[in-house]
Amino acid sequence: MASRLIETYMRQEHLPHIWCGGCGHGILMRDVAQAIDNLKLNPKDVVIVSGIGCSSRAAGYMNFDTIHTTHGRAIAFATGIKMAKPRLKVIVVTGDGDATAIGGNHLIHAARRNIDLTVVVFNNSIYGMTGGQFSPTTPTGDMATTAPYGSIDPNFDIPRLAEAAGATYTARGTAYHAAQTIRLIENAILHEGFSLVECISVCPTYYGRKNHKGGAVEMMKWQRDNAVPAAKAKTLRPEELAGKLVYGELSCCERPEYTQEYQKIIEKAGGAER
Amino acid sequence: MTERTRALMQGNEAVVEGAIAAGMRFFAGYPITPSTEIAEGCALRLPQVGGKFIQMEDELASMAAVIGASAAGVKSMTATSGPGFSLKQENIGYAALAEIPCVIVDVQRAGPSTGLPTSPSQGDYMQARWGTHGDHPVIALSPSSVQEAYTETIRAFDLSEKYRMPVILLMDEIVGHMREGIELAGRGEVKPFERQTCADTAEAAKPYKMRNGELAPRMTPFGEGAFYNVTGLIHGEDGFPTNDHGIAAAQCMRLMRKIEENEAEIERYETAAMDDADVCIVTFGGTARSVQAAVETARAEGIRAGMFRPVTVWPFPEKAMRSICERVKKIVVVELNYGQMKLEVERAAAGVCEVLHIGRVDGATFTPQDILNKLREVAK
Repeated sequence: MASRLIETYMRQEHLPHIWCGGCGHGILMRDVAQAIDNLKLNPKDVVIVSGIGCSSRAAGYMNFDTIHTTHGRAIAFATGIKMAKPRLKVIVVTGDGDATAIGGNHLIHAARRNIDLTVVVFNNSIYGMTGGQFSPTTPTGDMATTAPYGSIDPNFDIPRLAEAAGATYTARGTAYHAAQTIRLIENAILHEGFSLVECISVCPTYYGRKNHKGGAVEMMKWQRDNAVPAAKAKTLRPEELAGKLVYGELSCCERPEYTQEYQKIIEKAGGAER
Repeated sequence: MTERTRALMQGNEAVVEGAIAAGMRFFAGYPITPSTEIAEGCALRLPQVGGKFIQMEDELASMAAVIGASAAGVKSMTATSGPGFSLKQENIGYAALAEIPCVIVDVQRAGPSTGLPTSPSQGDYMQARWGTHGDHPVIALSPSSVQEAYTETIRAFDLSEKYRMPVILLMDEIVGHMREGIELAGRGEVKPFERQTCADTAEAAKPYKMRNGELAPRMTPFGEGAFYNVTGLIHGEDGFPTNDHGIAAAQCMRLMRKIEENEAEIERYETAAMDDADVCIVTFGGTARSVQAAVETARAEGIRAGMFRPVTVWPFPEKAMRSICERVKKIVVVELNYGQMKLEVERAAAGVCEVLHIGRVDGATFTPQDILNKLREVAK
């Protein structure tokens, strides 16, 4: 029997999903739905926007107004939706390649504007949909079909990238730490401004297999054993944090939100009464 | 309703006024010559009418934001020129398949590549039709005066909403930067076509379901509880992706048919001095201004010349063109490219008359004398 969460928020007629056995994305999609449920948002006020890739198939399964856009452009589509109807809670579900390679420009500029979007990046460290090519978050030295001798590309720290570009809320969760991740997504949705939650997923099929990380269970155990809460990480030296995954809220500040600022432009131009 | 007003303005400014009269309330763009005045005009005018302007980080993002805003129910537009038009193509195809109404203005400049940014061209004629991948219908309108830039912008919005698809306003630098006196509609005079929605929630959840006799499926904006999916993948009636060949065939054929079956309504062209013409000049956009002058002078010299000017340049008015081909001895296609509309004219003519061509790809425009010289040569 389907859980209440599935009955309420998923398009059951289109399940089961297409993700591989052991993929972390199903857990993360559930975390997004649970966060929406915990916040008691009216589903009419929620729009889910996604790009292209494994992560972005989540939009189609979620029973809201959903839009599965072009590769890399989810945040730009979301910007148009939010500008058109600022009352909407616009949640972008994207992947590491979608958000930071082909879509990197949109990520940094939406962060710079501080437009009230919530970007949830399902980071599986690989291009899964196309069969295992290295992404901007594949750790240097790791193997991929397009890095048969090991990747020489340095990898992005996505929350730091977003924060540097102007995001006013950044956090990191993992597929293993579901309770904490749900809480982080809730905070991001409530935050007025550009928020980003990187969710470390697991891809046993491509990333895991190519890099001898074991199956889904071993990869989840790795998350359990190597993740350090952000508060604790502050007390550790860099060498103690080497190879660890810092999770939790990473940055939070207040700055004028873009659609609210634009409303002031409308008032200044005399268009408010129309 | 307020009185009509007369104003002196540029073609690009007239596009902004036409769009606002048609109900456009969102514009996303990126600066590019020679279309920038459209973005500047929208930045100034939209907040005055409660609308919104955003300067995006690039051309791809502008196109994406326009589709997003339209999905949320706001009439939306972007404007660009050749290089930016190339960049927008993927998302234009998305709007065609996902059936999201929007207007894309391409103020053509000389290419290829960065080309001659401040010089006129009509080199994007084929790109407007075939620029994005896959088979899909296209509507493109090409005004030849500032007044027509205004009225065709309004028509572009109406067609995009009626047929639920992106519509291209194929301007050129000549019309974009030309200043003329125009008449603007009084407030309340323009009655824009409004998007057809579904009041019933269960029906609204099927945004790709055709209902009897309607031109396009009804689409309820985001934020009203319809809860459907939009995707650039081939999809069923609820917008969910499918690999089913039958559904794929039905969907792609429906997209093509909604335009093919309504070409007569979408078609618009002008004919001048064609009743007894021996030679017909086929032209479009700003080039038509030199052609009109040349035809008048040729007539004064006793050369029986006329003009056929498609305003709806896609779909090409094939039947009207064919009937002219059957009546005249020769056709001269005059366009600022290496021979793009010429291919469509030849296709329509199918050998019944000779099709000649004069084109320019040097960034300069035709003078009436250039065309007159050709008419004298042809009339010999």
